[in-house]
Amino acid sequence: MDRIPILRMGNFLLVTIQVDLYDRLALNLESDLVQMVSKTGARGVLIDISALSIVDSFMGRIIGNIGSMSKIMDAETVVVGMQPAVAITLIELGLELKGVSTALNVEKGMALLQHKIGSSEDLEEDQDDSSVE
Amino acid sequence: MKVEISKLLQKKRKQILEHWMNNQLANDSLRDDLLGNDDLRAQSEELLDAVVKTVNNQNLEHGLSAEFDDVTEILAGISISRARQGFSPRDTGIYIFGLKDALLKVLQDEIKNDPQTLYDFTLRISKLVDSFGITTFETFIKGREEVILRQTDEISEISTPVIRVWDGIVALPIIGTLDSARTQVVMENLLQQIVDTGSSIAILDISGVPAVDSLVAQHLIKTVSATRLMGAECIISGIRPEIAQTVVHLGIDLSNIVTKASLASALKYAFAMINLEVRKSQK
Repeated sequence: MDRIPILRMGNFLLVTIQVDLYDRLALNLESDLVQMVSKTGARGVLIDISALSIVDSFMGRIIGNIGSMSKIMDAETVVVGMQPAVAITLIELGLELKGVSTALNVEKGMALLQHKIGSSEDLEEDQDDSSVE
Repeated sequence: MKVEISKLLQKKRKQILEHWMNNQLANDSLRDDLLGNDDLRAQSEELLDAVVKTVNNQNLEHGLSAEFDDVTEILAGISISRARQGFSPRDTGIYIFGLKDALLKVLQDEIKNDPQTLYDFTLRISKLVDSFGITTFETFIKGREEVILRQTDEISEISTPVIRVWDGIVALPIIGTLDSARTQVVMENLLQQIVDTGSSIAILDISGVPAVDSLVAQHLIKTVSATRLMGAECIISGIRPEIAQTVVHLGIDLSNIVTKASLASALKYAFAMINLEVRKSQK
């Protein structure tokens, strides 16, 4: 069965969707990704959909779902490289992907993830420091 | 007495043309500044020839039937060329209906002994020329509508320029009313430019939008959401007091969109977002 590879990069998981997603594949991706987040303890998930040219409401929901699921498992999700046509379609379908962060390209997405996780780690360290003192 | 209208007209062709030309030349509204007398005569003769060639006793009042295609074509040509030359619809109307007077006058002279036939033909000729008149106006309006359509297309094409104001900041001034079709064009252009320039901030300036109603607001919100999905921030600027009033009165919620009063303040906000600072140089 086809699977979309999930790459691990340090604290992050990197998913690049290079083929057209069909429903089964998307569902697999969703469950694989959640498994991987739990297994690796990743802090951030970056999904690159720049090669995706067709979406439907189901795919929009899956992307939203992945965002919410990672959130409860304490990992930030960033969707990068959405095509204009895809963005317009999703908006016309009424899917605003409220819980998901977005970025223009992988580079900016990585920076955003690092920024988000960095700030939360700083916070934790601060708290650790204060507890030590 | 049986009268063959086609033969009669062919015989009297010259006379009809003379009548028609005299009518036109005598008319106060003759625009000899736009069309010379010779050209006018040639135009009239061409039309009359076509009419005389086509008309017979059977098809006389069916001016819109296929048999009159040639005539219709010539009429359309005359109508369009006259519209371009600057004739008013009234001038063209007088020109076409002048033909009726000329035809009727000749008929009157020819069959004055038979009132019944004369009456019959008068009615039918009237009908025929009326239908010519209708064709003329139809073409005239069609020509005008084509011009309007072309202009609409041009306006929607030139009215959505996306300006790159800074590295990573694009601005799109919207001028004129936003409707669904235009929003689509605006949105596509903006998103494409965001991709092309790799800009992370887009400023949508609506100071040129005359009025905002719930539909326009809906379109704006859509555009902002789409930009956000692409991974860029969208700021709406140029909200005039009247627009702020209507938006609040309509109960439209713009609270989760960044809005600024002017393009300048939007730009300032954008600079702050990408950690830029504008300062006076120390000299």
